[in-house]
Amino acid sequence: MSVPFIEFEHVSHAYGEHPNNGVFAIEDINLKIDKGSFIAIVGPSGCGKSTFMKLTTGLQKSTQGRILVDSKPVLGPLSFSGMAFQAPTLLPWRTTLDNVLLPLEIVEPYRSQFSRQKNVFIERALKLLDSVGLGGYEKKFPWQLSGGMQQRASLCRALIHQPKMLLLDEPFGALDAFTKEELWNILRDLWSDQHFNVIMVTHDLREAVYLADVVYVMSKGPGRIVHQRNIDLPRPRELNLTYEPAFTRIVQELRTYIGAVRG
Amino acid sequence: MKQATFVYRYPALLLFFVLILAWQGICVIFKVNEFIFPSPWQIIQSLIEFHSVILKHAWATFWTTMIGFLISIIVGVFFGFVIGSSRIAYDAFYPLMTAFNALPKAAFVPILVVWFGIGAGPAILTAFLISFFPIMVNIATGLATLEPELEDVLRVLGASRKDILFKIGLPRCLPYFFASLKVAITLAFVGTTVSEMNASNQGIGYLLVSAGSAMRMPLAFAGLAVIGVMAMLMYELFSAIEKNTTAWAHRKS
Repeated sequence: MSVPFIEFEHVSHAYGEHPNNGVFAIEDINLKIDKGSFIAIVGPSGCGKSTFMKLTTGLQKSTQGRILVDSKPVLGPLSFSGMAFQAPTLLPWRTTLDNVLLPLEIVEPYRSQFSRQKNVFIERALKLLDSVGLGGYEKKFPWQLSGGMQQRASLCRALIHQPKMLLLDEPFGALDAFTKEELWNILRDLWSDQHFNVIMVTHDLREAVYLADVVYVMSKGPGRIVHQRNIDLPRPRELNLTYEPAFTRIVQELRTYIGAVRG
Repeated sequence: MKQATFVYRYPALLLFFVLILAWQGICVIFKVNEFIFPSPWQIIQSLIEFHSVILKHAWATFWTTMIGFLISIIVGVFFGFVIGSSRIAYDAFYPLMTAFNALPKAAFVPILVVWFGIGAGPAILTAFLISFFPIMVNIATGLATLEPELEDVLRVLGASRKDILFKIGLPRCLPYFFASLKVAITLAFVGTTVSEMNASNQGIGYLLVSAGSAMRMPLAFAGLAVIGVMAMLMYELFSAIEKNTTAWAHRKS
């Protein structure tokens, strides 16, 4: 049994000045995530998924328990993680290319090499943009792109510094069904190429089952993990799979847990 | 057809000529005395007749205004940054600054004269006092309304406050900054002129007072026109810079 890459040990978090009055946004989360695996967390709204994300990124410190990444406790933002949000959050004054390059201007060791190695970085960014179907759009500004294209650029930005861990906070939540499925495949391909860890928080059960190795179902108030489901569907997975009985069965099974937590 | 495109391209110029013609027409038809209300033609004549004097005073007003304006950019941007990036500074400074801004700046001129004597000193400072507020408020607003989502993009990468300020805060502020420059430059001209009227022997403000007391109304109006033109030119300059640097904020869908 290998050492897990990401570990949650009895993690609870409460907001406000008196964290110990028993009202937790998330409560007693225990997770062991293997290196290179893709996990998804699903749950009804208000189940503390965003809190979970903030703790994992190190933007917030948990009130109880601890989170270990690569056997080291998370004390602040990790430079080897990349993140994409529900909104593309591209900077409107930067071109698509410059938006994608942004993390390299911040994160070491790229930061200190940035002016000298700029051409190498640009090359890398263009390749990445090309791989998500944005080749030729690098000079465009975000507002000249469609929502789906912006989200692709946002994925590129999350991956440009070759993070070991990709955090996705409902990344495709605001997209239409077709664009969404297209982006599932793009994410699937990026992940199977590079095998970084992915933690994806989502409302969409099909999305979770299609992409993830393990799906966790969270309950609401307090947020707790009530079910863990290993998705043993063979890879590579194609969209046809989502219409097969085996797939639908898993989705339905997960759905009953959501229903149960809703009451 | 050709005329219609002219209207759409230069509506301000067209309106200007219409107004001037109407003004001239009223003066001619009602035989208005030039000591009461000079016609545009009489103003133009005195512009030509006194052009060297006007030019001299206009130049004095111009550089005084520019120095005062420069100071107000520096001070306004600085305080805007302080107020915009800290909640406590915002709460502490803003009410006092608002109270200060409500004071009539013309009332400061006699005090400034006591401190700095007659001449450019009070004019520069009045221009500064009257024009730094909008710059400060706009910078502060630009920073204070920064979307937390955009900040998070950098924070998850472990960016420092300085990184966030330079990569997001500053560029995000630029449209606000340019908008404030356009307001502030016109105010700066007002400040300079008011001060020159009270305490100077140079500048358009001084020219206005002396022309008025000599009953040379066309000359006084010429002075006003020159200030208007200078302010408009500066406004257009900042407009052009704004269009070229912050096009992303002025896109049309």
